[in-house]
Amino acid sequence: MSDSYTSYLPAKAPETNIETQPFWDATAQGRIDLAVCDDCGFIPWYPRLMCPDCQSTSMTWTTMAGTATVYSYSVTRAGVGRAWKEHLPFVLAYVQLDEGPIMMTNLVACDPDDVEVGMAVTAVFDDTGEGTAIVRFRPTP
Amino acid sequence: MSVRRVAHIAGVYEHPLREIPDKTVAQIHAQVAVGALADAGLTIADVDAYYSAGDAPGFGALSMADYLGLDCHHLNDTETGGSSYLLHVQQAAQAIAAGHIDVALITLAGKPRTGGAGPGGSARFSSAPEAGFENQFGMGVISGYAMAATRHMHEFGTTSAQLAEIKVAASTHAQHNPNAFLKDVVTVEQVLESRMISDPLHLLDACVVTDGGGALVVVSDAVAKRLDRHTIPVLGTGFGFKGANSGRVDLTYTGARTSGAAAFGEAGVTTSDIDYASIYDSFTITVLVTLEDLGFCEKGKGGEFVLDGALQAPYGRLPFNTDGGGLCNNHPANRGGMTKVIEAVRQLRGEAHAAVQVPDCEIALAHGTGGSMATRMGSATLILGRD
Repeated sequence: MSDSYTSYLPAKAPETNIETQPFWDATAQGRIDLAVCDDCGFIPWYPRLMCPDCQSTSMTWTTMAGTATVYSYSVTRAGVGRAWKEHLPFVLAYVQLDEGPIMMTNLVACDPDDVEVGMAVTAVFDDTGEGTAIVRFRPTP
Repeated sequence: MSVRRVAHIAGVYEHPLREIPDKTVAQIHAQVAVGALADAGLTIADVDAYYSAGDAPGFGALSMADYLGLDCHHLNDTETGGSSYLLHVQQAAQAIAAGHIDVALITLAGKPRTGGAGPGGSARFSSAPEAGFENQFGMGVISGYAMAATRHMHEFGTTSAQLAEIKVAASTHAQHNPNAFLKDVVTVEQVLESRMISDPLHLLDACVVTDGGGALVVVSDAVAKRLDRHTIPVLGTGFGFKGANSGRVDLTYTGARTSGAAAFGEAGVTTSDIDYASIYDSFTITVLVTLEDLGFCEKGKGGEFVLDGALQAPYGRLPFNTDGGGLCNNHPANRGGMTKVIEAVRQLRGEAHAAVQVPDCEIALAHGTGGSMATRMGSATLILGRD
């Protein structure tokens, strides 16, 4: 489904927990797996194991297509901490997965000045080196 | 139960300094507490309820009530970021209405400028359920709001020049405030030519970072009647929570929709009755979207609303932030809600600077936004009157 790709951005390993470990395990294999509600079909972002819409605790981890469109973004050019300073400018974004959820991410492998709302993007997976990957997006070729 | 006119703001105090290297955060809390009580004509001994938020050090209200030497039977440590102190006024009014308390003290203090201290409570954030899903992308406070601005521009055609008008109005007011951190009047061109921090927000679209603090004293009717000070009745209160909605993100509105409607309803007034408004101004976009959500204009028309000096005191359509606001005057502890209430009280008492005092100011609104427009926020609105 999705490309393997190493962006130039920091890919610090996230603090994981037992509730969302399957999400992080999937990222290491180049997949976005989200918990889908078996009762109402809702896919919450960020993933959680009680459906916030119907309170069902019957949720099934399901692989998303990894394709999305840009909902909004900002090109950050200054005012960040040390870890990000050498990576300026970089693009922070919200993208809407084809399955519905809008998630926060970075847009990579593109000129920041070319980014537009509505642009089609595809997930890439930045290896943290600790059994997880950070999900970022690049323009769909 | 309505809390209309059951509570009164009897004392306010804004710390005059914007850099306080030689005091602790607890000391600043104490300074502003005593300042607001003195303004009301009361003392620490009169306080029977204490309210603090995430900026209070240590165990929050427990630590600070002990430090201040309070003998109170009501503590509240509700944390909704920069809107906390407006929510505290609502909560104090509720406790007064219930007959539980008579004199509530609300304090704020912090040193983000010289103390390197964040807005408080940040130690908890790494355990938040959303932490792993939002902390990996270099989002700062400004870039979150910048995404809200990008989306607003996309949907409604809002421009950077329109946002700049908000800063221009704030700077026009700040020139009259001797304590303001930034006193120079700026033009739209200067805002647009200032350094781009996070598209589309420039350096001058952002609030100042200042040390400082402030405090409020909220009292019952019985206490208000025996004080000599000009007390300000609380007419309406409202709070609104807006989250990321489990991935159904909509960056074009805030919790002010909920808090504003509740406050106007409780006060029994409409937007056309508001003589002065303190609007939370962490960034210019915060003001623009909040004005829409409070109902001063239609959704998407905020950019047009702020043109032609609409926000400039004393004669604009809606004079706002006459102290210079967070954009120019003060944003103590990275939390702008406290100073919003304080300037609204000054206006209603007729104690704003003469150059920006709104003539016959009878009804004022104060609004706070806490958290982030990009993710989850608490919005609080107060409508204040005059006796």
